[in-house]
Amino acid sequence: MSVRRVMGTEVEYGISVQGMPTANPMVASSQVVNAYASATVRARRARWDFEEESPLRDARGFDMSRQVADPTQLTDEDLGLANVILTNGARLYVDHAHPEYSTPEVVTPLDIVRWDKAGEQVMLDAARLAQQLPGNPSIVLYKNNTDNKGASYGSHENYLMRRSTPFADIVRHLTPFFVSRQVFCGAGRVGKGQDGREQGYQISQRADFFEVEVGLETTLKRPIINTRDEPHADPEKYRRLHVIIGDANLSEIATYLKVGTTSLVLAMIEDRFIGHDLTVDTPVASLRAVSHDPTLRQTITLADGRRLTGVQLQLEYLDLAKKYVEDRLGADADEQTLDVLARWEDVLDRLEHDPMSLADQLDWVAKLKLLEQYRSRDGLEWDDAKLQLIDYQYSDVRPERGLYHRLVKAGRIQRLLGDEEVERAMTEPPEQTRAYFRGRCLEKYAAHVAAASWDSVIFDLPGRESLQRVPTMDPMRGSKAHVGQLIDACDTAEALVAALTR
Amino acid sequence: MAQEQKQPRKSGEEQDATEVAPESDVAERKEALDDDVDAILDEIDDVLESNAEDFVKSFIQKGGE
Repeated sequence: MSVRRVMGTEVEYGISVQGMPTANPMVASSQVVNAYASATVRARRARWDFEEESPLRDARGFDMSRQVADPTQLTDEDLGLANVILTNGARLYVDHAHPEYSTPEVVTPLDIVRWDKAGEQVMLDAARLAQQLPGNPSIVLYKNNTDNKGASYGSHENYLMRRSTPFADIVRHLTPFFVSRQVFCGAGRVGKGQDGREQGYQISQRADFFEVEVGLETTLKRPIINTRDEPHADPEKYRRLHVIIGDANLSEIATYLKVGTTSLVLAMIEDRFIGHDLTVDTPVASLRAVSHDPTLRQTITLADGRRLTGVQLQLEYLDLAKKYVEDRLGADADEQTLDVLARWEDVLDRLEHDPMSLADQLDWVAKLKLLEQYRSRDGLEWDDAKLQLIDYQYSDVRPERGLYHRLVKAGRIQRLLGDEEVERAMTEPPEQTRAYFRGRCLEKYAAHVAAASWDSVIFDLPGRESLQRVPTMDPMRGSKAHVGQLIDACDTAEALVAALTR
Repeated sequence: MAQEQKQPRKSGEEQDATEVAPESDVAERKEALDDDVDAILDEIDDVLESNAEDFVKSFIQKGGE
């Protein structure tokens, strides 16, 4: 009924080794992850539990000597294993050829921002730590989604939903929303087409990489609605909606709105509140058409014959959401739900009347403004390498180099959180979900946690023959309210496990 | 938006909106080009990677997800 639900993001970062354009990105990604793990994970480094048929035996099989090996000595096979859990409940690992950070499970859009931004700082520290490795590799990470040469990497969102909601309803009502939400959460891109062969600026990093409406794939034939179904929770009760269509945002407001509005729309779908059909005639082509027109005048055709701009289509959802919150919550609506609605309305209104006034709020507008200033001052055409460079460097995670960070520093981009809050989230878990249990265990009993994952923490206790697996199948259990006092009271992992299994 | 004025090679693909820049954009652009702008561009000039062309050429990623 509100913006609240169990959710998280996972971001793959672009990676380059300065002065070594042909460096193996898998090696570099592993160096980044391992450097961070070695520096921050105390005592024993807990492994990701891949939830095999026999988790205990598999967990037993982990070769600890490999974990402490210098990353430069690891073979490709070992490199694939760089995969750690942090005390904030997040997962840091190598996925394909990118370092990836998955936030812990949180329940509000602002907490998504908090732990997503903490991920940027983890990546920043990780790259700096990697520089101290033999050979001093100078690795730079980018929170973006394409090299403009044909490759794209993801920035995914996950939302826990009721299993009872028919998937067809999700597809019907979410597709038009995803086609159009880029007008506020696009990250902006110089170049059109997957390999950027066409000049110009577009709203979204990702739009050109989507080729079908619904599907299971994430690396080719990418679908607007992804059907991956691993709930990491009771599958009878829940599904995890895996959203692959978003851009990686630097702007806190863009991330906040992206997740907050999506969560609200999902609530309306679950409650069957969306009466009329907003189906778009050609979703894939419409997604691109909206992205390719930063003037926001491009219209798309709905199945009912209407022609709306992306902003107008979003206004339809906003209207529904306002009615929905008023109808279901009225005066009881929580602060963040009301804030998301108010900001959503303000942003859409500005997009209708004066988009450039959002240069201090939205990534694609901030980037466009900067690019236009350069074009204007230096007389640059859209194919000028400098504009492409600005696009990449906007997402550089280093505060001294990243253009997003320079704009923030200059007071030209609004934030929702302070540096200290984000820094705390690098090590502290959210309090409302099982991530709290996972994070606290990693922080307090590091030497005795053999492995962990979204739905378990596995302990290796002195004097016990077998590993002890504590399942955490319910994302809302293991919160501070549930286990905070217990963990505070248990000085050792043995005491904790004894108390939990009593 | 201002960019339409400087875009010489527009492929019309998937664009059925008219590509005429309204007069008001000129005023907006002038307004945007104040000293403030110069200051931020000067600052960003200082941090931009020095050889844009080399940098862009070497920024090659593998697909992910």
